[in-house]
Amino acid sequence: MINKIIPSLEEAVADIHDGATVMIGGFGNAGMPAALIDALIAQGARDLTIVNNNAGNGDTGLAALLKARQVRKIICSFPRQVDSHVFDGLYRAGEIELELTPQGNLAERIRAAGAGIGGFFTPTGYGTLLAEGKETRLINGRHYVLESPIHADFALIKALRGDRWGNLVYRKTARNFGPIMAMAAKCAIAQVSEIVELGELDPENIVTPGIFVQRVVKQEAA
Amino acid sequence: MKRLSRNEMAARVARDIHEGAYVNLGIGLPTLVANHLPQDREIFLHSENGLLGMGPAPAPGEEDEDLINAGKQPVTLLTGGCYFHHADSFAMMRGGHLDVCVLGAFQVSATGDLANWHTGAPDAIPAVGGAMDLALGAKQVYVMMEHLTKGGESKVVAHCTYPLTGIGCVSRIYTDLAVLDVTPDGLAVREILSDISFEELQQLTGVPLLRAA
Repeated sequence: MINKIIPSLEEAVADIHDGATVMIGGFGNAGMPAALIDALIAQGARDLTIVNNNAGNGDTGLAALLKARQVRKIICSFPRQVDSHVFDGLYRAGEIELELTPQGNLAERIRAAGAGIGGFFTPTGYGTLLAEGKETRLINGRHYVLESPIHADFALIKALRGDRWGNLVYRKTARNFGPIMAMAAKCAIAQVSEIVELGELDPENIVTPGIFVQRVVKQEAA
Repeated sequence: MKRLSRNEMAARVARDIHEGAYVNLGIGLPTLVANHLPQDREIFLHSENGLLGMGPAPAPGEEDEDLINAGKQPVTLLTGGCYFHHADSFAMMRGGHLDVCVLGAFQVSATGDLANWHTGAPDAIPAVGGAMDLALGAKQVYVMMEHLTKGGESKVVAHCTYPLTGIGCVSRIYTDLAVLDVTPDGLAVREILSDISFEELQQLTGVPLLRAA
């Protein structure tokens, strides 16, 4: 019997290794897998490359992971926020590397990795600082920049419900990066509010098919 | 010299958004446009974090942390609205499916170049978010900004001195003094919103202006 349900958060993140690339879902706090991040902090893997839209808010979640000095590099679109003081301090001290990418390019680079695309030409960023040094091409009269996929070893995402085959549905705008990060990682780990029996999720409305998900863990698990 | 207030600017932009339009309103000044959309038109607001059919802010106590806009503020969903993931959301923009984006700006050039993401200050922590995607993200890209900086310099310029967000991407500029169309021949004055003459507007503006056809 296939059962992707992991009994504890601790087990769900146990094999995240030093130096791993880890995608973390969420846009601000919506969709941020706080329970999995806390488990990763407790687990202690270091030298991580993190992929997220932001670089942490306040002192919890992703900000706490940064504060624990577990992150070497962050790939994101919008690190600077009113409450991004943890990132700001590390960045100004030269203790974290930043790869800044426009938000839509970030999403498409993640999607491309999950879809087996080796790179793509996008108009976004052409002629700007963020396209410096990148290959460009004129296609049908429009300028494009070559962007590369972002693959990850692990994805930590938050969903509303999941079943033992890894099928997921999300809640409102907390969906944001979850579905594409699940596709782009070798091992996608979903924290869910509720675990349901097979068949309880309407097959017409499953947002992330279980093929993209390796582990499901209840967010209140140990 | 009369200058439009921020709300008057928003009302002026709102008047030009047609029935059935799919619209993204950028963070800051453009957000005000939502408060002025004509009640008798059905207009679809898109927020790039993943919703279409965005409604107004919820009543106090009704906020839902899973239902936010691109500015991370609590919002509501209109009946008929929907949610989607980030790659689909930016496909709606990049793929040319939106009708209008309204953006704020530091500077716009006579050829429609946009600078709105970075002041160029060497010690600034860079953050771009969806700015570069939005700049190319709709059939019409409208900019809303004060005509002049606090120091009295024109924000409409021959060439942007701030780092660019996009090249030749702006279709129309709404300022507190005028509405300017970006045309192949240059910037055309579509409407003067102040009590000044064309010549006075020209004097305040950093590039040659064309009289409306």
